[in-house]
Amino acid sequence: MFSLIRTMWTILLHMFRKRETVLYPEEKPYIPPRWRGRIILSRDPDGEERCVACYLCAVACPVDCISLQAAEDGHGRRYPEFFRINFSRCIFCGFCEEACPTYAIQLTNDFEMGEYVRQNLVYEKEDLLISGPGKHPEYNFYRMAGLSIKGKDKGEAVNEEQPVDVRDLMP
Amino acid sequence: MPTIYIDNKPYEVKDGQNLLHACLSLGFDIPYFCWHPAMNSVGACRQCAVKQFRDEKDTKGKIVMSCMTPAADGTRISIDDPEVKEFRACVIEWLMLNHPHDCPVCDEGGECHLQDMTVMTGHDYRRTRFRKRTHRNQDLGPFVNHEMNRCIQCYRCVRFYRDHAGGRDFDVFASHHHVYFGRQKDGTLENEFSGNLVEICPTGVFTDKSLKRHYTRKWDLQTAPSVCMHCGLGCNTIPGERYGTLRRILNRFNGEVNGYFLCDRGRYGYEFVNSSRRTRQPFIRNKESGKLVPASREESLEYLSSVLYFGAKVIGIGSPRASIEANFALRTLVGPERFFSFGERNLKMISSIIDALKNGPARSPSLREIADSDAVFVLGEDVTNTAPLLALALRQSVRQRPMERVEKFGIPLWNDSAVREGIQDEKGPLFIAGTHATKLDELATETYHGAPDDLARLGFAVAHELDPEAPAVTNPGEDVSSLARRIANALRNSRRPVVISGMSSGSEELVHAAANAAWALCRTGKDAGLCFIQNECNALGLGLMGGRSLDEAFSLMEKGETDTAIVLENDLYGNSESFLVDKFLDKCRHVIVIDHLPSKTTEKAGLILPACTFAESNGVFVNNEGRAQRFFRVFVPSDEIQDSWRWLGDAMKVSRHPVSWETDDDIIASVSREVPILNLKDVSPPAAFRVAGQKIPRQPHRYSGRTAMHADISVHEPKPPEDPDSALSFSMEGYEGMPPSPLLTRFWSPGWNSVQSVNKFQSEVGGPLRGGDPGKRLIEPAKGGAVSYFQGVPASFEPGSERLFIVPLYHIFGSDELSLLSPGIAERTPAPYIALSRKDADSLGIAGESGAEVAASGQSCRLPVKVDDSLPHGVVGLFAGSSPLRGIALPLWGRVRKTE
Ligand code: SF4
Ligand code: SF4
Ligand code: SF4
Ligand code: SF4
Ligand code: FES
Repeated sequence: MFSLIRTMWTILLHMFRKRETVLYPEEKPYIPPRWRGRIILSRDPDGEERCVACYLCAVACPVDCISLQAAEDGHGRRYPEFFRINFSRCIFCGFCEEACPTYAIQLTNDFEMGEYVRQNLVYEKEDLLISGPGKHPEYNFYRMAGLSIKGKDKGEAVNEEQPVDVRDLMP
Repeated sequence: MPTIYIDNKPYEVKDGQNLLHACLSLGFDIPYFCWHPAMNSVGACRQCAVKQFRDEKDTKGKIVMSCMTPAADGTRISIDDPEVKEFRACVIEWLMLNHPHDCPVCDEGGECHLQDMTVMTGHDYRRTRFRKRTHRNQDLGPFVNHEMNRCIQCYRCVRFYRDHAGGRDFDVFASHHHVYFGRQKDGTLENEFSGNLVEICPTGVFTDKSLKRHYTRKWDLQTAPSVCMHCGLGCNTIPGERYGTLRRILNRFNGEVNGYFLCDRGRYGYEFVNSSRRTRQPFIRNKESGKLVPASREESLEYLSSVLYFGAKVIGIGSPRASIEANFALRTLVGPERFFSFGERNLKMISSIIDALKNGPARSPSLREIADSDAVFVLGEDVTNTAPLLALALRQSVRQRPMERVEKFGIPLWNDSAVREGIQDEKGPLFIAGTHATKLDELATETYHGAPDDLARLGFAVAHELDPEAPAVTNPGEDVSSLARRIANALRNSRRPVVISGMSSGSEELVHAAANAAWALCRTGKDAGLCFIQNECNALGLGLMGGRSLDEAFSLMEKGETDTAIVLENDLYGNSESFLVDKFLDKCRHVIVIDHLPSKTTEKAGLILPACTFAESNGVFVNNEGRAQRFFRVFVPSDEIQDSWRWLGDAMKVSRHPVSWETDDDIIASVSREVPILNLKDVSPPAAFRVAGQKIPRQPHRYSGRTAMHADISVHEPKPPEDPDSALSFSMEGYEGMPPSPLLTRFWSPGWNSVQSVNKFQSEVGGPLRGGDPGKRLIEPAKGGAVSYFQGVPASFEPGSERLFIVPLYHIFGSDELSLLSPGIAERTPAPYIALSRKDADSLGIAGESGAEVAASGQSCRLPVKVDDSLPHGVVGLFAGSSPLRGIALPLWGRVRKTE
C-alpha cells in the first residue's frame, strides 16, 4: 500500500520537472564533437585525398561494411579506386577511424541519415570524400612515409637523410 | 636422437640440426630473419638469440645465435630468459631504426615477417630521434617491385638469387648501414626464379609487381589449393582472387614437388584468367551471315542435341592442358575409340614414356629427389626453358657430391657460408647433352651438342657402357665413346643417379636412350631415377587415359567416317600443320569447341562453349613424375562459363547418354573404374569430407567487405555460392584448424601472417607437410623381372646438302602460349627467330643478324637470324612459340634461304 502511494507521489512530482523532450527537428540537440556519426573521407592539408587504400579500416570493421580497391597514380601515390560503405550495415563503432593510419576516415557528428530506400544507404567515394582535413588539420601521411610521390622525393620526408650514394667509398 | 633442454625441459630432436631449426620444429616461436629452411644459416641478422648454459649448475649462461649453434645432445638453452628476450627486442629496435613509416602503403603489410617478428619481440614504440637513411629504388623489370628503404640487411635475397638460383645480375653493394641489394644498374632481373624474392625477402623490399596493379591484402584474398599449369612439373600454387579476378599466385609448399619456390612463368603467367578476350558465353555460327553470334545456354544445348543424335558420327579431341575430368568426360561422350589426343609423334613419345616408367625398373623421381641426387645425365632437354623448376633442383644436385666432402671436415651442412666456402667452385657430376648450349651448361661437368639422333646415340652408348647387354651403337666414334665412358663412370660411382630426358626435342629415340641408360644403371644395382619432361601440365594424364593420334582423326574425316568434332581446350593449329587442320575443320560439318579463350580453332567453330580456367574449376593433373594432383576452384566464374566436363555432361544429357555425373567426385569415381591406372579416389578427400562437421573455408577469417562488396549492385547480400564438388566453402566460416594437406587453402597461423607460417604446417620445419605431401603417385616401376632394352639405335646424323634439320628452341617466356597473355611475360618474350652456327650462316651467305626465309612442311616465313655456334653443323634452331611456323611438328627437315 505504502509503495503504491510512494509511486504515485513520485510521478506527481515529475509533472513539475523541466521537460527533457526536444522538439526535433525544429530544435537541434547538442552533439559532442567526438560523436560517432556519418563517416567521411578527408583530405590532407595539401588538398589531396588522404586515404592510401591500405584496407585497414575494411579489416577492422566488425560488420564488414567497407570495401575498396587500391590503385596508384603514376608517381607512387596510392588511392582508392572505389570506396564503398554500406551504412545500412554500419554500427558506428568507430573501429575504422581507430585503425586508419592516415586520419583519412573519420566519424562526424552528423546522424541524420534516414532513408526510405535501403539501397540509398550505400555510399560511394563521391558521397564520402569531403574537401577538408576534418578533425586533424595537420597530418599528412606522405610527409612521414618513405615512399616517394610526386613532389616528394626520397630523403625529403620528415626525419630522413638524403639517399645513400651506393658507389661512395667513404666509411 | 639428441636430447636438448629448453628452459629446463628435455626434448628429443633430430640429428645434425641447429637449435633454431630444432626449436621451430618443436613448435617454439623464436624470431628469425636470415635463416631459411631451404638455404640454411649464415647468422647475419642476430635475431634468433637464445641463452645457452654449460650445464645444470650454470645460471649465468651466454647469448648465442640459435641458428648457428648445433642442437647437440645435452645442450641447455633458454628462450624465455629475460636478458635474451631484451636482446632480441633490441635487435628489432636496431633493425627498425631506419625502417620507413610505410606499412599502410607497403604491399607486404599483413603478410610481413618483419611485422610479425616485431610484434613477437614486443617492440612497439620508436625511441630514436635520429634521421633515417634512405635509398633510391631500381626498376627491376615487370615482375618484381623494389623499395629499398625497407631492407633489414638479412641477406636472404642475395643468397637466394646468387647461391641458390645461380643468378649473376643481382648483388649486395656498399658497406655498413648503406648496404644495398639490387642490380649494378636499373634493368630487368634476368633469372627465371626472380619472383621468389617476393617470398624470400622477409620485408616489403621485393613485392609482386603484377599484384601491385590490382593490389589486395592477403586477408582479403579468396584462395584454394591449385596446381601450376604452365609446364609438366605441376608445382603447387595458391592463387588468390578478389572481386572476381585473379590477383596473384603464391607458392604452396609441397616437399616432394616445388618446395618453397616457383618459376616466374608459373608465378606471373596467371593473367590470362582475367583477360578481356575470355569467352564468357556460348557462340553459335549464324547460318545466313556465317558469323559467330552470342547465344544463350538453351540455344547451345539445342545445337548440341541436334548434332549429337543417336548414331551421329562424332569424334572428340582431348587436350594435354585440360583436366583428367574434362578429357574423361569427352572420352565417355564419344567413346574411347573415337577419342583422340596427341599428334602422331607426341603420342608415340608419351606412350614410350609410360611404357618405360611402367615396365622398366627405374623409378620416376620427384623434384626433391632430383635435388638430392649426386649425378645427373640430361639428354636432349633445355631444362631451364622446358621445366624451369627442375633446373633449380639441378642447381642443388651438383652440390651434393662436394657437400659430402665438406661434411667430412666436420662442417655441419646447415652452416651455409662455411659449406659454400668449403665447396668453392667444385661441382658434382652433371652431364648435359643437347642440340645447343643451354643456361645450365655452366654447371655441367661436360656438355655435348648434336642433332637429336646423335644425342640418342650418346645415350645408347652410355647404356651399353654400363651394361653390355644393352644395345650397342655401331661406329660411335672415339669422341662419343670416350664421353660415354666418362658419363657411365660418373653415374656408376654415384649413389643416387638420375637420367633426365623428355618430349621437347621431339625424338622418340631419345626417350628410349634415356630409359636404357637408367635401366642399365638399375642393372648395376643402382637405384637410378628416370625423369621425363613434358611441356604440358596434364600430358602424362592424357597419355595414361589413352586415345588415338590426331593424324588418325584427320584421316577419319578424310574418309568421311565422321562429320562432327568436339575439340576440348585445344588449339589444333598449335599442334598440327595449319593446312592439315584447315582441311580437317573445313570438311567437318559441325565443329564444337570448348575453351576459355578464342583461338584459330574457335574461329572455325560452329559452336563455342565457354570453359573454366584452372582457377575456376576443380580437376586433376598428372605431372611428369606420375603424381596425380588435384586443384580446386578458387572462385566461381561469372556469366555462362562452366567446367568443360559439365558442358560435356550437358551434351550427354541432351543426347540421352546412359552415363551422367552430378559432381566432380562422381566423375573421379568413373575414371577410377574405367581406367584402372588412373585411380584418383584418394588424391584428395571427397566433397563430403568435413572436420568437426565443417567445411574448410576459402576465405581467411578476417576477410573484409562481405556486406559492401556487392552493395553497389544490391544492398541485399547474396548467399555465398555452394560448392558441390569439394570440401571447401566459399566463405570465411568453417574449420579454422589444420585441414588435410591436399585441402590447405592458405598458410597462416596465429602470430605468423607471412609465408613463413608454413613452418607450422610441416611435420618438421622444411620437411613434408603434416599428413604427407599432397599428390598420389600413379606409376611405380615394375619389380624384378628381366629388363627388355629399347632397340633401334638411330644412325648418326648426316647434314643435308640442300636442307637443314630444324630443331625447336624453347623459351621459358614465349613457349607457353597461355602465359603470354600476362603483360609481364609478354614483355620478356623474344621475337620469333631462327638460330644457326656461324659455319652454316656463312655457307648460306647470311651475314650478321640479318633475316632469312625458313620453309618447312609446305609453309614458309621470314625470320631474323641469330648465330649460335653451339648448334651442330646442318642443324637450325627455330623459336618454339607463336611464329608463322607454329604447329609444325619439330624436328624436321626444311630449307633456309637468305632474304634479299
Ligand atoms: S584505413 Fe584509412 S587509409 Fe586505410 S583504407 Fe581505410 S580510410 Fe583509407
Ligand atoms: S616491410 Fe613490413 S614492416 Fe616494413 S613497411 Fe612493409 S609491411 Fe611494414
Ligand atoms: S632486401 Fe629483403 S631479403 Fe634482401 S637483405 Fe633486405 S630485407 Fe633481406
Ligand atoms: S616450373 Fe613449371 S609447374 Fe613449376 S611454376 Fe614453373 S611453369 Fe609452373
Ligand atoms: S636467423 Fe639466426 S642470425 Fe639470423
